[in-house]
Amino acid sequence: MVMQYYFEALRDAIYEEMVRDPMVMVMGEDVGHYGGSYKVTKDLFKEFGGLRVLDTPIAENSFAGMAVGCAMTGVRPIIEGMNMGFLLLAFSQIANNGGMLRYTSGGQFTVPMVVRGPGGVGRQLGAEHSQRLEAYFYGVPGLKIIAPATPLDAKGLLKSAIRDNNTVLFFEHVLLYNLKEEIPDGVDYIVPIGKANRLREGQDLTILTYSRQVHHCLSAVKTLVNEGYDPELIDLRTLKPLDLEMICESVHKTHRVLIVEEDYKTGGIGGEIIALLNEHCFDDLDAPPVRLASRDIPTPYNGRMEAATIPQVADILQAVKHLVD
Amino acid sequence: MVLSQEVNVIPKVVPPEITRAQGLELYQDMVLGRTFEDMCAQMYYQGRMFGFVHLYNGQEAVATGCIKALKAGDYVTSTYRDHVHALSQGVPARAIMAELFGKATGCSKGRGGSMHLFSAEHNFLGGYAFVAEGIPVATGAAYSAKYRGTDQVSVNFFGDGATNNGAFFESLNMAALWKLPILYVVENNLWSIGMQHARASSVTEIYKKALAFDIPGYLVDGMDVLAVRRAAVTAIERARAGEGPTLLECTTYRFRGHSLADPDELRDPAEKDLWRKQDPIPKLARYLVEHQLATQDELQTIEDDTQTLIEDAVQFAQDSPEPPVDEITRYVHAEDE
Repeated sequence: MVMQYYFEALRDAIYEEMVRDPMVMVMGEDVGHYGGSYKVTKDLFKEFGGLRVLDTPIAENSFAGMAVGCAMTGVRPIIEGMNMGFLLLAFSQIANNGGMLRYTSGGQFTVPMVVRGPGGVGRQLGAEHSQRLEAYFYGVPGLKIIAPATPLDAKGLLKSAIRDNNTVLFFEHVLLYNLKEEIPDGVDYIVPIGKANRLREGQDLTILTYSRQVHHCLSAVKTLVNEGYDPELIDLRTLKPLDLEMICESVHKTHRVLIVEEDYKTGGIGGEIIALLNEHCFDDLDAPPVRLASRDIPTPYNGRMEAATIPQVADILQAVKHLVD
Repeated sequence: MVLSQEVNVIPKVVPPEITRAQGLELYQDMVLGRTFEDMCAQMYYQGRMFGFVHLYNGQEAVATGCIKALKAGDYVTSTYRDHVHALSQGVPARAIMAELFGKATGCSKGRGGSMHLFSAEHNFLGGYAFVAEGIPVATGAAYSAKYRGTDQVSVNFFGDGATNNGAFFESLNMAALWKLPILYVVENNLWSIGMQHARASSVTEIYKKALAFDIPGYLVDGMDVLAVRRAAVTAIERARAGEGPTLLECTTYRFRGHSLADPDELRDPAEKDLWRKQDPIPKLARYLVEHQLATQDELQTIEDDTQTLIEDAVQFAQDSPEPPVDEITRYVHAEDE
């Protein structure tokens, strides 16, 4: 085992996959000489050279489209969004080509491309640099969407994403890069896409969450357990496809659901999950599912306002008690 | 600094500059494109073809002149006006017609339609329905060729309207930066639906935009298949030699409206007449006969045979099954075979 930061785990995942498969490459802004704005691609340029670790001009639309052309013709590109928000400029290529091209080509072409990078609220980066794009892309057919909360999952899921033959969006969080965890050394550590992780078993209710909110939920769960509650906590890890099996199995046991997410409440992932609960396990529910999500506002710069934008531990405690008591 | 070059800078050759076999191939290919598109119009108006259908009539010299200068394995990327690029690249008329009929035997299995033709077998990387959407993709195919160390060349067709879009500038910049093996072929037909080129572009001479990237830009008579071929050969040689991209501005004209849904009321009839007189197909016919590369009878035979081929394509499309609706989700994910 080796103690690693989230960003190091990501780097190792990319490194290992580049060693394993010569068709795997990285492209994006400052991924080469500079090593990535969060050092996820540090020194890969020295190891693999400029053809495989390609510093691109600041041209998100076209380098994303270029990655599509590469992916259609045998290369397996990993795009780094210096900030995931910037990839709004590449929405068309990611959605039209990454998501839909395999279908519109009648299955003739695949677009095995990973789109990864930082996003999320918490560093007072202002509205444009604090985006959560998962819901924006959620409805696009063909895409897979991952949002890992821990170094271990970051590594295992990124390796799966790189090997996947679909376009995979991989959302990292600015506040997680310096999170540390023990990572198995010298093994091909893989976490399958589409499998959630039950972090705590419990009987009172099911908390569904992902990415940084997993850590808020872990704090809340600790307090709740001390106070005599028995919550079940599930880290979704993969947002699309959702692990509906684990979700339904859990709800069948607990009959109550709290969803904690950092994306906008309106049109968010939580709303979609509630719809799925209605469709798949309505009869198991003893109370209407509750969602805690970001306020429907552009993320403000001011620190206190920023914190008030997203769910905090106290909100989670209150929501759980309201649901269970 | 490579200066932008006018058409007369491309070396002139003493005619005939092509062999009889080449001449017949070019003629057959242009007639194939024209006949196919005329049939599409008929089928559309008969209600056997649906959606938006953008025909290529008038622009055949561009597809034929470029694509017939390629080698097997080279890539072609197109736009929503993609039928004829696909045909020239070798995608069978049957597969394209069946796609337009929405049939299971179509080149995109009935899921793509007119604007999303694809053929992996022919390295036809697709029709792209947004303006300029295919430019970065074609650039990526060129990067991929370089990455994999092959000598494949990528040819990308798009219209004058796309050259005002950011993707055009972003892609040409990267292709020039990394000396990618690609031809950017602008089919300047002067109109983006109802927007006249001069009303949309601050610099109307598109080939001059190559200057911004220090790559060769050629102005080519896109109604003359031999002129297009000459420019394409020069650009393909440069690409294959690893010297980088070329911008070809082919001046051309679409003889029909933007799509079959376009009443085409805006363009001046006199302008249309002027361009119709430059029809690239009779122009090549005259050249072939004049230089004794073919007889009128031989050309007529090509036209007749092509008509038969297209009628066969329609019959094939008509007789083909619809894709089963219960397979509606098939091909969304790579896991679906």
